[in-house]
Amino acid sequence: MKVIKGKQSIEFEKPPYLLSWASVVAQKEGEGPLGDFFDQVIDDPFFGEKTWEMAEGRFMKQAAMLAIQKAGLTKNEIRYAFAGDLLEQNTATSYGLKDLELPMFGLFGACSTAGESLSLASITVAGGFAEHVLAAASSHIGSAEKQFRFPLEYGNQRPLSATWTVTGSGGFIVSKKKSPIKIRGITTGKIVDYGMKDPMNMGACMAPAAAQVIYQHFEDYSMAPKDYDAIYTGDLGEVGKDILIRLLNENGYDISKVHGDCGLEIYENETQDTHSGGSGCACSAVVLASMLTRKLINGEWKRILFVPTGALMSKTSFNEGESVTGIAHAVLLEKEET
Amino acid sequence: MRKEPSKQEYNQMVEEMTPKHNCFLNCIKAFVTGGAFCLLGEFMKQMMMKYWGLGKKDSLMFVTIELVLLSVLLTGFNLYGKITKFGGAGGLVPITGFANSVASPAIEYQKEGQVFGIGVKIFTIAGPVILYGIFSSFVIGIIYLLAKQWGWM
Amino acid sequence: MEYVKAFLVGGIICVLVQILMDNTKLQPGRIMVILVMSGVILGALGIYAKIEKFGGCGATVPLSGFGFNLWKGMKEAIDQHGFLGLFEGGFTAASVGTSAALIFSYIASLIFQPKMKK
Repeated sequence: MKVIKGKQSIEFEKPPYLLSWASVVAQKEGEGPLGDFFDQVIDDPFFGEKTWEMAEGRFMKQAAMLAIQKAGLTKNEIRYAFAGDLLEQNTATSYGLKDLELPMFGLFGACSTAGESLSLASITVAGGFAEHVLAAASSHIGSAEKQFRFPLEYGNQRPLSATWTVTGSGGFIVSKKKSPIKIRGITTGKIVDYGMKDPMNMGACMAPAAAQVIYQHFEDYSMAPKDYDAIYTGDLGEVGKDILIRLLNENGYDISKVHGDCGLEIYENETQDTHSGGSGCACSAVVLASMLTRKLINGEWKRILFVPTGALMSKTSFNEGESVTGIAHAVLLEKEET
Repeated sequence: MRKEPSKQEYNQMVEEMTPKHNCFLNCIKAFVTGGAFCLLGEFMKQMMMKYWGLGKKDSLMFVTIELVLLSVLLTGFNLYGKITKFGGAGGLVPITGFANSVASPAIEYQKEGQVFGIGVKIFTIAGPVILYGIFSSFVIGIIYLLAKQWGWM
Repeated sequence: MEYVKAFLVGGIICVLVQILMDNTKLQPGRIMVILVMSGVILGALGIYAKIEKFGGCGATVPLSGFGFNLWKGMKEAIDQHGFLGLFEGGFTAASVGTSAALIFSYIASLIFQPKMKK
């Protein structure tokens, strides 16, 4: 069996498993439609810390510890950690995970980090380099708004295409040990630039990257949308979702029946006033660690494609007039028949 | 992908598919909100001229101080954001919007210390306003000065 | 009557800015800069004085009024001190608004804590 598949994909010979997962979110996410599915809802947005940055780190630490605990492991049994967040120099990850003392790879994939960390963790396990690997991603609306937009107390009118950064973190243990969910393969996305410049319309900036990676995944695996029970993108929101479906339609794939977006699941956009949906590294991570895994476990779904999407930009690149480029990583998850 | 839109085509497609706020409704909200701040200012001005016996110039300065104080307080209690969210430009345009842009980073960045936190970031949004206000009046001032010396005015 | 005029003039300025905001992707920071500069320019052209005469606080409360004020201070300073006035006028005129904002904001930063966006 060939492991390298097509142009951008891997199909593991001995697939690694998703041994456990944990989601820790803040109050607003807890009040959303998925509220009951999260492992922990923390009411204090500072999580006992003094700053937004440290609070985000604390969310990640909590998710990581919970995932380790749910896997029935101790932190000494975790060989590597792959984790990242949205902040400059991965502040939240570095400070959040330092106490766990794990061999660490810090990642930056913007909001696609959940997919990137799961991909690398799977490769590491499938390659036989580790038994158990931690993958984690976090975001916090306080630290994200402060870094990328305005101070939280500043008044401005958000456009309808704007999304709401999810506060929380998702942690996963990827392992050799069998579990009900296996990671059959991955498709790694390319950086895609369609010249979009509006940072308040992230969905439109990232949709082309998602379209590219999903298209390539179908090609590499010789599969079609009907072969999947669900295809979930990370945080495209209402606007990005429509664009993605249209872009893929023009390329001969109709995913409208199986497509969902994590950003559209996590909030009640109308009543919670989140406009185009949720976003941030934590968005796709906590939706996978709650709703998506749940549906795989209870047998509602057999095969899903999880495609977190990220916008690769910084405040500097934006001020210097560069466009917002996008990236997306696909992870193919299947229910293990027992 | 086999078929990819060009950057131009894509921009156009996004433009079509992105919903927008209702501009007419927004304008009405901005009108009411902005008008209300100005009405409040006018009220303060009239009261101070009447009861404190101040001249127009002084009372205008007091109006500025009072509105700024009001806005800073609203910012501290996290209420000014709601006003701008509703009123859009109506919350941004009055001097209260300027005060909000000074107070919000001051509060937000206090954690990063007195000098590099509050001291530096307090000007994040308001700094350009002060810079370009001063500079543009300087440039026009030069024109005015020259015009005066050459006897055009 | 003054109240109605103030409401009207202030409201109209806000509507104009709202239209600008809705039809461009300008961020609030740029909008404020544009407002102040247009106040300075309209002030120099003698137009803003007329608006102020009619609208009272409807013209002075918006940031364009701040720009108008800047220009008035600049003009006065130049009339009195000539060349030196170019460097004196701006900050003198802007002093009340800027100082008030800085002083109150600093005090606020000592009292209030950052809050979560709702």
